[in-house]
Order: sequence, then structure tokens, then C-alpha cells
Amino acid sequence: MSAPSQTHKTDFRLAVLQAIQRLDPRYQARNPVMFLVWVGSIITTLILAIMLAVPGTVIGGGQPVWFVGLIAFWLWFTVLFANFAESLAEGRGKAQADSLKMARRDVEARKLDKSGKLTTVAASTLRKGDTVRVEAGDIVPADGQVIEGIASVDESAITGESAPVIRESGGDRDAVTGGTRVLSDWVIVRVTADPGESFLDKMIGLVESAKRQKTPNEIALSILLAALTLVFLMACATLLPFSLFSVAKAGSGTVISITVLIALLVCLIPTTIGGLLSAIGISGMQRLIKANVIATSGRAVEAAGDVNVLLLDKTGTITFGNRQAVEFFPAPNVSLQQLAEAAELSSLADETPEGRSIVALARGQYGLPERSAADLKAEFIPFSAEQRVSGIVINERHILKGAGDAIAGLINLKGGLVPAEVTTVVEDIAKKGGTPLMVAEGPKVLGVIYLKDIVKPDIKVRLAELRKMGIKSVMITGDNPLTAAAIASEAGVDDFVAEATPETKLRYIRKMQEGGEMVAMVGDGTNDAPALAQSDVAVAMNSGTQAAKEAGNMVDLDSDPTKLIEIVEIGKQLLMTRGALTTFSISNDLAKYFAIIPAAFATTYPALGVLNVMGLSSPQSAILSAVIFNALIIIALIPLALKGVKYRAESASHMLTRHALIYGLGGIVAPFIGIKLIDMGLTVVGLV
Amino acid sequence: MFLGITSAGWLQLVLYMAALTALAVPLGGYVARVLSGQRNWLSPVFTRVEGLIYAMGDVRPDQDMTWKDYAAAVILFSFGGFILLFGLLLTQGVLPLNPQHLPNLTPDLAFNTAVSFVTNTNWQSYAGETTLSYFSQMVGLTVQNFVSAAVGIAVLAALIRGLTGQTTDKLGNFWVDLVRINLYILLPLALIVAVALSSQGVIQTFASYVTAHTLEGASQTIAVGPVASQEAIKMLGTNGGGFFNTNSAHPFENPTPLSNLIEMLSILLIPAALCFTFGKMIGDRRQGIAIFAAMTLVFVPLTAACIGLEQAGNPHLVAAGADTAPNMEGPATAQAGGNMEGKDTRFGIANSAIWATATTAASNGSVNAMHDSFTPLGGLIPMILMQFGEVIYGGVGSGLYGMLVFVILTVFIAGLMVGRTPEYLGKKIGAFEIKMASMAVLLPCALVLICTAVAVLTPWGQAGIYNPGAQGFSEVLYAFTSAANNNGSAFAGLSANTPFYNSLLGLCMLFGRFFVLLPVLAIAGSLAAKRTVPASAGTLPTHTPLFVVFLIGVIVLVGVLTYAPALVLGPVIEHLNLIKG
Repeated sequence: MSAPSQTHKTDFRLAVLQAIQRLDPRYQARNPVMFLVWVGSIITTLILAIMLAVPGTVIGGGQPVWFVGLIAFWLWFTVLFANFAESLAEGRGKAQADSLKMARRDVEARKLDKSGKLTTVAASTLRKGDTVRVEAGDIVPADGQVIEGIASVDESAITGESAPVIRESGGDRDAVTGGTRVLSDWVIVRVTADPGESFLDKMIGLVESAKRQKTPNEIALSILLAALTLVFLMACATLLPFSLFSVAKAGSGTVISITVLIALLVCLIPTTIGGLLSAIGISGMQRLIKANVIATSGRAVEAAGDVNVLLLDKTGTITFGNRQAVEFFPAPNVSLQQLAEAAELSSLADETPEGRSIVALARGQYGLPERSAADLKAEFIPFSAEQRVSGIVINERHILKGAGDAIAGLINLKGGLVPAEVTTVVEDIAKKGGTPLMVAEGPKVLGVIYLKDIVKPDIKVRLAELRKMGIKSVMITGDNPLTAAAIASEAGVDDFVAEATPETKLRYIRKMQEGGEMVAMVGDGTNDAPALAQSDVAVAMNSGTQAAKEAGNMVDLDSDPTKLIEIVEIGKQLLMTRGALTTFSISNDLAKYFAIIPAAFATTYPALGVLNVMGLSSPQSAILSAVIFNALIIIALIPLALKGVKYRAESASHMLTRHALIYGLGGIVAPFIGIKLIDMGLTVVGLV
Repeated sequence: MFLGITSAGWLQLVLYMAALTALAVPLGGYVARVLSGQRNWLSPVFTRVEGLIYAMGDVRPDQDMTWKDYAAAVILFSFGGFILLFGLLLTQGVLPLNPQHLPNLTPDLAFNTAVSFVTNTNWQSYAGETTLSYFSQMVGLTVQNFVSAAVGIAVLAALIRGLTGQTTDKLGNFWVDLVRINLYILLPLALIVAVALSSQGVIQTFASYVTAHTLEGASQTIAVGPVASQEAIKMLGTNGGGFFNTNSAHPFENPTPLSNLIEMLSILLIPAALCFTFGKMIGDRRQGIAIFAAMTLVFVPLTAACIGLEQAGNPHLVAAGADTAPNMEGPATAQAGGNMEGKDTRFGIANSAIWATATTAASNGSVNAMHDSFTPLGGLIPMILMQFGEVIYGGVGSGLYGMLVFVILTVFIAGLMVGRTPEYLGKKIGAFEIKMASMAVLLPCALVLICTAVAVLTPWGQAGIYNPGAQGFSEVLYAFTSAANNNGSAFAGLSANTPFYNSLLGLCMLFGRFFVLLPVLAIAGSLAAKRTVPASAGTLPTHTPLFVVFLIGVIVLVGVLTYAPALVLGPVIEHLNLIKG
């Protein structure tokens, strides 16, 4: 769903345009840090104007016109760069928002009234509780639940997935989303969302981020940044009286000029993080969207970073969705070859993954020739829920396979017995977490096929990574405790809930939360809804029911349960990026003091020259270099803000050490070098 | 001779820190028992007294308070104490125990002094022996020396209960805390120290001042009074308000090197011990040790630097041919060397510098040397220690709760860097905590900077400045730094007993105390209501050396970044001018 690459240039141009539009004070006032820079830009511009109009005015503080002009210029650019970062971040989601908006266009709906009469109305007039009939070729007019009928639906407008999906009443696939298209058949849908509150609306809101609300942690950080800004505002504002007093007492020099004070203030306040904060939030959300996950609140994304218990469904997440045959165990007096051949024959027409894996094992390991069911002129016995066996009738041979007790029941009828050895094998396999299938020909048991739950090869590593980050993984399965324990130990999960029912899941989550844990889970069915609603991070599968989607705070459009791990990583990355840039921003201030303070008081106290450790060429150059550095660093860090700090699975103390070194120590050192380089550049150009 | 410090200087610093730690650890454990309401070895003595006090005050000891109730009780109690003291100082002329017939205080001085002692600041705009009667000193000031210190510890106790509480709104009972802290901690300790000081010759008398006749035939009045009883709690409760104007440089307050050591240890004893109390009460001693380590790692290098800078002395004297080298050869030629101006030969450079840093690291504010006479950078160190927000040990209770505010800010930034929303001791730090913590850090800074600006800009402020240039600026900056951070020490050299300074400094002390204390209680209330998140590998550990370094970084950076311009215009430029010649 990523935007095509040719839009990149237009994105860029749009972002520049928007950056300029956002100089509007009403927009700036939303961010106290950048608002102060904006005010500073206005004041320096006014000073410049007065200086141009009245040469030698006292307001210039004895500074040359070109200097005040350049400071004003760079201050404006500081504001613009921050606006640009935000617009650029937003622009990345714009293509997606546009395509979503296309899907939202007003369509006509066939509303069904109580008497069963159909009337054509505009989709925008539909309210919660209305019922509509949607037929092949129609656009679904609103979010809803299928109450009658079955249809194939093209959901690509939302999921980007072009293969149609089936939506039908009374199951776990009863949810339809407004804006999707019915391809065949018809359904009657009960509307579950009022206009403006639909899934599509929420998605557009998120992607456009115009309605983006600040998340709790972002608010807390904004408060901290505002407090720091206030401290620096006072430190700079009081510098004027201090300077007045010092000049009076020293009897020499000039009072610090307003321009320099504003320059110092802008350099000190945390403009780097202040300017990039919303870009970080927006792009965090967009990373999520890129992973095809829609969060209904930003709060959930932050919570994802905090999760310390992950409830993972066994099937599809920890194991492949299907079991595979791994071994044959012949009964006494039956050769392995005999069993393999019978097993293969019985499964030839079995198109389930299990059936195919049996055929593959028989051919691969026992060298049976390729043959197809059609060649054999055989009669197949399909699997029935009643008999719980399937098989083949070929040349009077009746070969059946099925669960142990089902086969035992059938051969008992034919006068056969299950040998004790076979029963032992069946029990052993069950104990190991596998599924035993018995194979019989006529009244005789030939042996057992060992079907195994295959644990995904990469899951163990990922779970180990989670553990390193302090996240506990819990496997949820409907299997019995014995089987569950075997798979749990093979996959390396920390805990499991066997024979899970919606109630046991809910109970488990509550128990965890009472202990202070933050729980994340994935669910799709209506019966998952209570557990989803209880979880801190609840990811509903898009293929799931409307109830599940409403209970969750995220929807995975790919319906991939493994996504949960990715979501956690995205949440962590978002928080890490904020922390890293805050640390960097504050650490930067040390060098800026060394640049500006000696320069600001150069005339009053020339002895302060020893603090000019960077050897900056002149007071004006020093101040200008610091201001330019301060503006450019915002641009330089935009890629980091958009991409996020690189995420690695490691413990908190390792992570802190690394980040403290890069962004803390690096933040102290970098501006010394940067400011010096800019100063050298300015000197070479001959500007100062 | 590293840093130019004599080996004797190093030895004194090391011994001081060793003795402090050795005393603080057991005391911390004892205080934890007292604050948790557990039985302790003084219980047999005081349990009945305690019960009696509750009965008299109609206090129900098992009735816990919400943070708002707790805060209301603190305010009520402090305000009552202020009114009482204010009234007493205004009327001391007619009150008993006034053998010198000292007159009533002026309203602005009474206001300043009452606020000063109620806020545990003990800024003194007056000279004790020529202003205050024995009654004012004992019933007025000494009482506040006890109870204002107890208030600090009580608020800390409430904060600790907030950190350990589980979804509760209860933070303990202020009246119970107040009574127990006084009864079990401050009174016994003060008694021990007072007796020890008396043994060294600190005086304790109600007699009127003594008139001595000098050899020249002139007569001289020697002020005396009930000094030892006030001296002990003055040091222990990080009060610092001396009986005499010259504070602990006066031989009746601090006669011998041993009394000096006892008093220096008393300055940091309770603030240091409370770190260990904290560790014990939250059930993780490592957390307390980490905070103690952070404080010590700021304190020791700065103290060593202060000793070194004072030992280095004034380059102009060396250039003029003065012998400023230390000499321990024999009685005839022995000298401390370095900058001895404003220091007592009984104590020398090391003990004056350790005192100066200890008294400003803790919000004690007593002095045994004149900070105004320190070298410019030597004098910068006590100033920056206060500007760190009085959290390097800090005031009793207030130092640690101030430090915990910094811990919350540190955890917030460092916590984000590990990819979690920040938490401390399992409690999530949200917008409310950050708002309150920011306020607690911001307000003292604002008071110092704005009031200094007002003072140097207005004629009333400028009127009090005796010294020219940067030194004069440093004196004003120091005064407001001291008041807003509730330290109470003075750089001296500033004539502060004027309505202007008395009022402005008084307001600084008032706001500096309560606008830190109230946000802290609000944080305690908010944290108590939260659930504790169990620690895991993904949790930011707050007891590791790395965290300690990060914490120090935040404290130092906030302090330096806030005050750097002001410091540059004061002590730094003075130093640069001095070495330039």
C-alpha cells in the first residue's frame, strides 16, 4: 500500500508549500517550543525593519544590519524546517488517504424497511441499526454486520489485497466494511456505524493526521519541553537586566542586544525535539499503517511499546496452521512399506494439507511412485463428521484412516482388534503433542501415522528476542494440556493456556493485569471480543467479526496473527525515537553556551574570550553559526524522525547504554564540531 | 598533592565521607522503622508519650490521609507556626527571658525571620545576639528548627508511601508522622549532639551578657546564651540559623576541631541516612544506594575542587611575594597556606571548604567561614550546589524528595530511550507527574533569576550591594539562590536587612518551600493510585551505575544550563579577571 515512487517529488513540493502555510500563528500556537521561535523571528524581523528605517537605532543594540538580517532569516528557517518535517511526515500517508477517500464517496443504498420494502437512499443518511440489501456490483454503503446471505467481497480499497473474501451471516466472517465492493451474490447488512464514525473515516483521520490527537506520552513530553523552554526563557530574559547591571558596574562595553538574546534563546530551547515531535508521532503511526495495521487510537501504539505479555494463538503464529506427517509406525507383522503404501492410497484424494503431507512423506521417504487418484479407478470415501474417517476402495481393498478411537470402532464392527502395541504408539504420539492417525485395511490395523504440529522455524528466535526485551509470550490453544505443553516447550514460549475458551482467556488476561502486566492479544471471533476489550493492546483480524473489530484497538488488514510482534516493535521504536531526540536536543545546549556566551559579552568582559573553546572567528560568526547549526540539525534529523531509531532486540540496560552514548554523549560533542565547521564556512565565504 | 590539596586535606575529606557513611547506614534503617510505624528500641520510652500526645491533639493515628488532606495539614501546621513565630518576634520586648531588653523586631524582619525558620531555610537578616531574646531563640526558633525539619521528613515519607502504595489514595497521617519524627528521631539525636558539643565547650546559659574589661581598660560585652541546645538541631535539621551572627565560626558555637567535626557530620547525617531509609522502605536497598551514590559523586569532586581552589589561593599574593604554600613543619612556621581570608585558623582550609560545600549541598546554610571571601571559583561551588536545587543530600526530607523529582525527570527521558513509556519503581510516569515535577524544578529557578533581575535593576536592590562589579552581582545571586532553595547561607557582603530584601527573600523562601512540597505531595497522591508494573528485562533499571551517571547528568545539565549565563557574569568573570591580573 505504499505510495508510488513518482509521487515523491510532488510530496516534497506539497510539504514545502504546507510548511509555508503553517507559519500561521494559530497553527504555531499548538507547539509552545516552535511558537517561541516564531515569536523570535517576528521580533528580529521587526528589529531589522526598524534598523533599516532608522539607521543607528538603539534597538539594534550596536549590531550590524547584515547580522540581524541573517539571524532573522535563519530563525524563520528554523520554524520552516520544523513545519516541513511535519508536512513531509504527513505527506507520506497522503496517497493512502486519497485512495481511501475515493472509497468513501457517497453511494446509493437500498434500505430495507420493516415491511421488507426496498427504498433507494443516499448512504450518508444511513444510521446505526438500519438494514440494507447489497447486491453484486454494489459498493457496501456503511460498516455493518451481515445478517442474511453470503457474498464475495472485494476489500482491496481498504486492505490492498485484491483477492476477494467471503462474507456471510452467522459466523466469524460477518463483518463488512463501507467502501468495499460486493462481487457476487447478495447480503443483507445491519449498519453498525453512523456516518463519520466508520472504519474508513477513522482510517482516513489517522492517515491524514489532521485530526491526530496527541498521545498520553506525547503530552507528557510536551509538558516537559514546555517547562524546559520556560526555564531557558527566564535564563535569557533575565540576562538583559544582568547585562545592564554588569555594564553599569564594569563601566565598559555594551548591553547585550535583543537580537543576540533571541538567538541564544532559540538555540537553548529544545527546538530539535520540539520541531520533530509531531513528525515522530505521525511517522510512527504510518509505520504501523505500512505494516497494514490500523490503530484506532495513538494510545494503543504507545501501549504496544509497554506490552510485557503477548498472548499468541498457537495456530498460524507459533505453528503452521496445519499438521504434517513425519513418521509411520507399522503394527506388528506389518512392514513399513505396506503401511506407507496404504497410507498413501488412503490420502490420494485427501486434498487437506495433512493428506498431502502424508502422500509426500510416503513418496519421499519410501520411494513410492507418482500416481494420481484418477489413474486408479478407485472409489474414495470422503471425510465425514459422523464417521470421522476417510479412505479409498480400490480393487476390493478397503483402506481407511482416521482418529484412533474412530478406526477402532469401525474395525471392531468388522471383528478386528487394535493390537496393544498400536495403542501404545497412539498414546505416545499424543503425549509428544502430535496427532496420531490410525490406518486400517478391512478389519486389520496396519499402523499409525504421526502427524505433527510444525513449529515455525523462525518463531523460537523471535520469542527469544521478546524475552530479551522482557516480554513474556503466552501460547493460547484449544489443545489439551499435554499437547500444549509439548508444543510450548518446542517453541520456547514462557507459558501457555490450554483448552482455551473465551472465559479462560479473559480470566488469564485479568490475572496478568492485576499483577501490573500490560497484555497484548490477537483475536478474530465474536467470542474473542471480551478478551480483546480487556487487553491493553488488542489486534483484531480484518477477516474477523464486527464485534471483534469493535472490541480491539487495532485492526490487522492482513489478518496475520504474527503481526503482533511487529506492532510491539513499532511502538517501542516510536518511544525510543522520542527519547533519543530529546536527549540529543538537550545535550546540544552545552556547546551553544560555549559559542554564544563569550560572544554575547565580548564587549563587556573581553576576558570571557577564554570560554571560546571552539576558536570561533568573531562574536557575530559565533552566534550565527550556533543559530545555523540549530536550524540545520532539524533538517539533518528529519530522516531519523521519519524512519525511527533503529530497533534491536536487547535488554533495557544495553539499549540505554547505547543510546546514552550516541544521543547523549554524541549530542554533547556533535554541535562543537558542527558549529566550528559552519564558522569556518562563514569565514571562507567572507561573510563574517 | 593532586589538585594542590595537601595530604591532610585529602585525609580529612576521606575520613569525613567514611564517618558519614558509617553513621548514615544504621540511622537510615532506624528511621525507616520509625516512619513505617514499627517498634524500635526507643518504643518502650516514648510509646506512652506518643499516645498521650495523640489523645491531647485528638489525633486518630490509624486514620490515613489522602494527598490533599496531607497537604492541607502541612499547610495548616506551617501557617500556624508562622503566625506564632511572627507574633512572638513582634512582641519579644514584653516577653520573658530577655535579659538584654532587646526590642521588638520590625514587621519586615519579623516576616522574613518567621518565614525563614518555618520553611527550614534559616536565612538570617539579623545578628542573633543583638536582635533576638533568649525566648525568641528558644521558644521561637529552636521549636521551628525541630518541626520544620520534621515537616520535610514527613513529606518524604508520604512520597515513599506513594511510590509503594497499590491503587490507594492514602499516604499516611501527617500528625502521626510529625510526632514520631520529632519524638523518635530529632529529639534523641539532638540530645546526643548537644551533650557532645557541651563537652567541647559550647555554652548553655540563661545569664545575661558578660562584660569583660580588656587590658587597655576598655570594656567589651560578650554575648552568651543557651547555645548548645539550639546548635545541635541547627546542624541536624539542616536549619543553619546560628545563635550568633558569625554562626559556627563563633567559638561559643563551635570551639574545637572536634566540635567542628561533630557539627559537619550533623549537617549531612540525616539527609544521607534518608537515602538508606528510602531503600529500605521501598524494599530495594539498591535504589537507595544508587541515590546516595549519585549525591556523593557530585559532592566529593566539588568539595575536592573547592578545597583545591582555596588552597591555590590568590595568584596576586603569590606574585607579590607572599608565601602561600602550606607548611606543616613546626609550630613556628606552620601555616595553612592558600586563601585563608575569612577562615578561622582553628579549622583551616580543608575543614572550611568541606563545611562550605556540605552546608550548601544540604540546605543547611550554617557557616564556619565567610563564603564571600572564598576565591571566585571556590565561592561558585557552594552557589552551584544550591542551584542544583538542594538535592545533593539537600535538606532533611526535602533534599531526597527534591532528588526524587529529578529521578522522575531522568526516568522519563531515559525510560523513553529504552522503548517503554517511563516508569519508576514500577509506577508509570505520566503527564500529571511530569507537570508537577517540572513545576517543582522550575519554580526555584524562576524565583532566583527573576528576583535577582529585580534586585539589580531597582534602586532598593542596588542599595544593598556593597561590592563593585561581578562580586556585587554574585552576592545578590547568592542571596536569592540561597532563599529560593531554602538553604539560608549567606555570601555576606550584602546588606539584606532592608524592607526590600526582607520581603523579597521572604517570598522566595515561602514559594521555594511550598511550591516544591505541594507538587511532590501531588505526585505522591497520583503514584499511590497506580498499580505497580513488575520489573522485567525490558524495564529501565534505576540502580545501575549507568542510571546514576544519567541522573547526575540531568541534575548538572539542568542546573548549569539554567544558571550558566548568570554564573558567567558573577564568579566566572571575576575569576577570569583575577587570573588575568
